[in-house]
Amino acid sequence: MRIESMLFKQKKFFTRLRPAVCGTAVFLAFMLALPAMTVKTTGVAGALWGEMSVQAASAAEAPAAAPAAAPAAAPAKKDEKAAAKAEKGPEEYKPITPPKLELKDYPKIKGFNSRITVWFIAQLHLFFGAFVLGVPIFVWVIEAVGYKTKDERYDNMAHEFMKVAMTGFSLAASFGGLLSIALVVFYPHFMQYMASVFGKVMIYYALFFFVESFFVYTYYYGWDKMSSGKDKLIHLGLGIGLNGAGLMLMALSNSWAAFMMAPSGLDESGAFAGDVWAAMHSHLWNPLNIHRFIANIAYGGSLTASYAAFKFLTANTPEEKAHYDWMGYTSFFVSMFGMLPLPFAGYWLMKEVYDYSQQMGITLMGGAFAWLFILQAVLIGAIFLSANYYLWCSLGRSNGSARYTFMIKPMAVIIVTAFLMWLTPHTLVMTSQEITKIGGAHHPLLGKFGVMAAKNTAVNTLIIMTFCSFQIFKRSNIRATGKGFWAQYGTTVQIGLYVAALTNIFFLGIWSYYIPASTRIGLSVPQVTTTLMVAVLSSVFDVFIFKSNEELGPPKWGSMPVRSQYALFTLTVAFTWLMGLMGYVRSAIRQHWHIYTVFRDNSADAFTPTLPYAAAIVTGIVCIFIALVLFMFWMPILASKGNGAEEH
Amino acid sequence: MQFLKPILAIVVAYLLIKLGVPFLGSLMHPGTWPVVPSAVMKMYMAFIILGTLLSYTYSEEGYNALIGPIVDVYSNPAKAAIKFGLVFVIGAFGAFVAYQYVKPTFDPPVELRSVHPAPPSSAELWGKSFQIQSLKNPLRDDKANFAKNVEEGGAIFFKNCFYCHGDKLDGKGHFAAGFNPLPANFTDVGTIAQLTESFVFWRVGTGGPGLPGEGTPWISAMPVWHTLLSEEELWKVIMFIYDYTGYAPRVTTEVK
Ligand code: HEC
Ligand code: HEM
Repeated sequence: MRIESMLFKQKKFFTRLRPAVCGTAVFLAFMLALPAMTVKTTGVAGALWGEMSVQAASAAEAPAAAPAAAPAAAPAKKDEKAAAKAEKGPEEYKPITPPKLELKDYPKIKGFNSRITVWFIAQLHLFFGAFVLGVPIFVWVIEAVGYKTKDERYDNMAHEFMKVAMTGFSLAASFGGLLSIALVVFYPHFMQYMASVFGKVMIYYALFFFVESFFVYTYYYGWDKMSSGKDKLIHLGLGIGLNGAGLMLMALSNSWAAFMMAPSGLDESGAFAGDVWAAMHSHLWNPLNIHRFIANIAYGGSLTASYAAFKFLTANTPEEKAHYDWMGYTSFFVSMFGMLPLPFAGYWLMKEVYDYSQQMGITLMGGAFAWLFILQAVLIGAIFLSANYYLWCSLGRSNGSARYTFMIKPMAVIIVTAFLMWLTPHTLVMTSQEITKIGGAHHPLLGKFGVMAAKNTAVNTLIIMTFCSFQIFKRSNIRATGKGFWAQYGTTVQIGLYVAALTNIFFLGIWSYYIPASTRIGLSVPQVTTTLMVAVLSSVFDVFIFKSNEELGPPKWGSMPVRSQYALFTLTVAFTWLMGLMGYVRSAIRQHWHIYTVFRDNSADAFTPTLPYAAAIVTGIVCIFIALVLFMFWMPILASKGNGAEEH
Repeated sequence: MQFLKPILAIVVAYLLIKLGVPFLGSLMHPGTWPVVPSAVMKMYMAFIILGTLLSYTYSEEGYNALIGPIVDVYSNPAKAAIKFGLVFVIGAFGAFVAYQYVKPTFDPPVELRSVHPAPPSSAELWGKSFQIQSLKNPLRDDKANFAKNVEEGGAIFFKNCFYCHGDKLDGKGHFAAGFNPLPANFTDVGTIAQLTESFVFWRVGTGGPGLPGEGTPWISAMPVWHTLLSEEELWKVIMFIYDYTGYAPRVTTEVK
């Protein structure tokens, strides 16, 4: 009897132990598998397993960041082609020599500072451009989801957002027109040069406006007419056309921005000797395209989330509140989807800048502009924190969230710690007393956080934890009811995965201090792969775990606290500021050049402003933009009031 | 008493950073007490306070626990004394901060110094012009004599550099304490480990006086080595400092 009960207890003990054993096993399995997989996918090769010493030894021909170099190799080849073309037909492509301008070549318009005027207009145009590029992508996805799920709420929401975007289109176009006039008025010779290099592209750009307008109007005004059956598919087709045209516009205009930073197709004397393609396909074109494209999705999502928050706060009925709460959540979700890969796209852009010109790279990251990147880090931190906060608040909508709230504080600790690491500047500002205490300008501990290895580790941790917040929210209102392995142990497997991934990222981060800088850059690739793998695998596990599940009561849409809506506003404002700041960085890094290293800017206002001055201008632009956005949000309300009917 | 928890959390975090970082730092750099610079500390604390507040207010209960006592103090007539006490404390704190800002000090102004300013696109050394972006160490191709070159570089280092940069290349030479900025510590990941050889060549060749205008005032005592060493000697000593520290120079991928 007693023995039996003892055995029984033992058995219970072991059953209890099983998840722990299972989790440990999974942890170990992933610890072996993650590096192996990432190494395979990236070719950081044998590096991880045993050949550590080789790295340091082969100093001269250090395998130049093998994986990271791959993207750079491709454009190089194309450039050769362009150059060959240029050689073949010298009569076709006459070299275009940039003029040497003097002060008197720049028209002066009393009361206007040319640089500041163009700065304001260009940035406002970029904001609205990003808005009308991002929102239609988002609208189309939501419409498609509505079509697939036959859930009308999605379709209504997409339609409502498109309505908001319509005002955005006309504002983007107005600022675009203003910008081209301002450029011609203030910088006629520069524009003449640009037109001779990019003439064809500029014409196509203008033509695409018509294409875009056609799709915008048919897409928006045809919404109700083409709302069912085959017509709906045609309507979705129009949406694809709209987004295609939008992307085309972005890529074309990026090409001249990239050319100004990193001109291509030049001959020895700095004259442009290629065809249009050589000018377009400059070294930074694709990195810029990718970073902006992703950023615009994230930005569009955050703006629409703000719209929903605005409507949520002004809603009068519980139904309205529920509708806009749900809308805010969906937009937020899309925004996060774009947000998570952004840091990687950013670092790729930076790496390409470095490769193009060490001088430019150092000025950005270690020199005069480094301080702007501290502001950047602060703003990105604000974005991550408000995103997580919104997700944590969202737990209040679910009935089963009490099961998970214990995790929030530890997660907050990890997020804040990782963020402080990401924030620690490369060059510390110190008083002379502090320098004496530290024993030099290099802080032995904090100095370690200033380099890329720490930044990558921190940002991957941030992303993984944000993803974790999201997963917790997703499962907070359901319970798995299955009996199989996944339903019972799936969560343990996920915990093992998370722990293994964080361990792997930290291991790679620490290890990268011990290897040469060139290989170190390569290590960021397995870190990113680990992060992406967590996102993908863990989402797949979710599907298995919750194959059969029960809802713990209906989600309480509309029950979000007011605070959470301000988190959405913070997200948008931080995003806007970030864009303004980085737009300034991109443009100002050319310093006294119109076209970096070949075409000098000799206008009176071609100075690099001090940091507070630049920050103040950017802030001013952001304020104007936010005011215009509020106007934009107000427009549909005005319209529906005029009709005398509330339409949803 | 719920509302004391976040305050406690913030205080603990503050102490951890304030004391923990210098403590760990002193283990890595014995003989120093590497405090967290106050500018950085301010940024850290701002985000710690923010993070703490967020993690305590995401739920209604947490929010009320935090806000409740404040609302109570400010709206409950029975607690008027505490209220006025608090108003006084807040006002006094503001006065203290204002006083700290305006009181006269004898400290030199804080320097925004970039330790690694961007190099010029070309530099003039030994009457020759060098393109920094594309410059390569010619001795690297001579694999056969690698060990010999490094050894000769070592001899040059100990004849010229070690007084300042130290026999362990950690920036602690005999004269080091007399200089501000201190001589660079080559074993740190933040110096030569993240620079290309061409950058180091320019930095050593032109020394403190060769530094560009940004981030001035430059008072670096680093001599102008191209007036004292030959081009080959310069490359050799660079090979030595990389070899000794075990770092490989940064390599950028070719464009075009
Ligand atoms: C008189 C003392 C002194 C001597 C001798 C000296 N240095 Fe320096 N070195 C310095 C100082 C001071 C710095 C500046 C550190 C700073 O700017 O923070 C410096 C900086 C450097 C740097 C730049 C590191 C960086 O991260 O940017 C290199 C490289 C360097 N020295 C190499 C050498 C070499 C090689 C020699 C011998 C040929 C040498 N130094 C001799 C004082 C000296
Ligand atoms: C979480 C990380 C990041 C976020 C959220 C982010 C966000 C953004 C946004 C919203 C823009 C404006 C895009 C546009 O104008 O269409 C932008 C542009 C830019 N970003 Fe990032 N970024 C991140 C990381 C980085 C990093 C790590 C770097 C480089 C070190 C970087 C460099 C730039 C530059 C140079 C631009 C200017 C591009 C332009 O406006 O032409 N970004 N970023």
